[in-house]
Amino acid sequence: MSKTKDILISPIFANNPIALQILGVCSALAVTSSLSVTIVMCIALTTVTAFSNLFISIIREQVPSNIRIIVQMTIIASLVIVVDQVLKAYAYDVSKQLSVFVGLIITNCIVMGRAEAFAMQNPPLPSFMDGIGNGLGYSVVLLFVAFLRELFGSGTLFGFEILPLVTNGGWYYSNGMMLLPPSAFFVIGGFIWLLRTWKIDQVEKADFTLAKHTK
Amino acid sequence: MASKDSVSRTVMVALALCVVCSVVVSTAAVVLKDKQVANAANEKKANILAAAGIEVVNGDLDAAFAKVTPKLVDMATGAYTEAADIATYDDRKAAKDPAMSTTLTAEQDIASIRRQANLRTIYLVEGDNGLEKVILPVHGYGLWSTLYGFIALEGDLNTVAGFGFYSHAETPGLGGEVDNPRWKAVWNGKQVFGADATQPMIGLIKGKATAESKHDIDGLAGATLTSNGVTNLVRFWMGKDGFAPFLANLKAGEA
Repeated sequence: MSKTKDILISPIFANNPIALQILGVCSALAVTSSLSVTIVMCIALTTVTAFSNLFISIIREQVPSNIRIIVQMTIIASLVIVVDQVLKAYAYDVSKQLSVFVGLIITNCIVMGRAEAFAMQNPPLPSFMDGIGNGLGYSVVLLFVAFLRELFGSGTLFGFEILPLVTNGGWYYSNGMMLLPPSAFFVIGGFIWLLRTWKIDQVEKADFTLAKHTK
Repeated sequence: MASKDSVSRTVMVALALCVVCSVVVSTAAVVLKDKQVANAANEKKANILAAAGIEVVNGDLDAAFAKVTPKLVDMATGAYTEAADIATYDDRKAAKDPAMSTTLTAEQDIASIRRQANLRTIYLVEGDNGLEKVILPVHGYGLWSTLYGFIALEGDLNTVAGFGFYSHAETPGLGGEVDNPRWKAVWNGKQVFGADATQPMIGLIKGKATAESKHDIDGLAGATLTSNGVTNLVRFWMGKDGFAPFLANLKAGEA
């Protein structure tokens, strides 16, 4: 039991796919300008990661190793299409804002990475848990980024006004950069910095050390 | 038993997987199709109602939309036409089809849309005293993207009753302020035409428009190109290559 729990919890902070492994950053930049959109994206990604891990793990003994990547991609792509269709039917507004990024979950390195690294070697239940755990790890970072971007970019949280904007007759001058994708780089950078200050063992050893000045 | 990596085994697994996955995907697509189509139709209705300023009561779109009548207009003559089936006619698709659209010359094409569909769908809102509002589709290029929206005119076919875009990709916080309700409210009550009913005068100016001005709209701060784009697209669609002939016919009662 404790092992299952560990599989579920450790990707959230100790082995976070974005902060430690720096995977799946592309969608983290694109969909984090508002919290409600981000939450739907997180749910979509967690679902896909969990179920792709589950199905791949179930058939892992049958899959010939020379076509295993194609098999993984097919399963992931099918799941993503199903998720996209469901969103279009039941969360139309959000799916319009997410546009291509739901489809791009297929190429999200976290999904593929977990399928190849974990689900191919482990039984179905732990694999499913690992998928959920990694989805949650992704979600934690995205929600953190989206919280800051929406608050300082639009002055709102979940669309509710927190800091009244000057353009709406309030006092807050919005930070326009926060609404643009590159700002997520800074926020993720900040997140990684905070995380590594807390968990010092995540700090990577420098590849090079500066030589002393000669003369 | 053949080994896991044999050719026959590989083909078998690949085939089985493809069959299972395609069944799953096509089932999802077929089962959810109706709901998706309904969503897209509802969204269009909601956009039209929002532009016209018609309130939706209890989220009942169809009841609110009952007042609105779609009509097809021939852009060349400015008269109603039944040359196409209005239920299935798609303006955007028609604008891309050479058989159903006309190329605009550089001089005409101030909104940078290149092609103009020969027929356009417009919406009439009839009230107790005849025509209440007419809702016209507009689109044109801003800074990054084509802005798609609707402009609603009062029964005098000159006063703006509502204006808004439903699809664009302008810079958030700058050009994206075209979605700001306060800015959109500035349009209400402005006059499209001056003395000459073929020459639209309405447009965005730099800074804030004075309350007395009849044709000026506040410019969008920090978004000169989007502002120019909005001015151009409104002037194009209200002008002689846009809906001006239709509006003239409608006013004369000959549309």
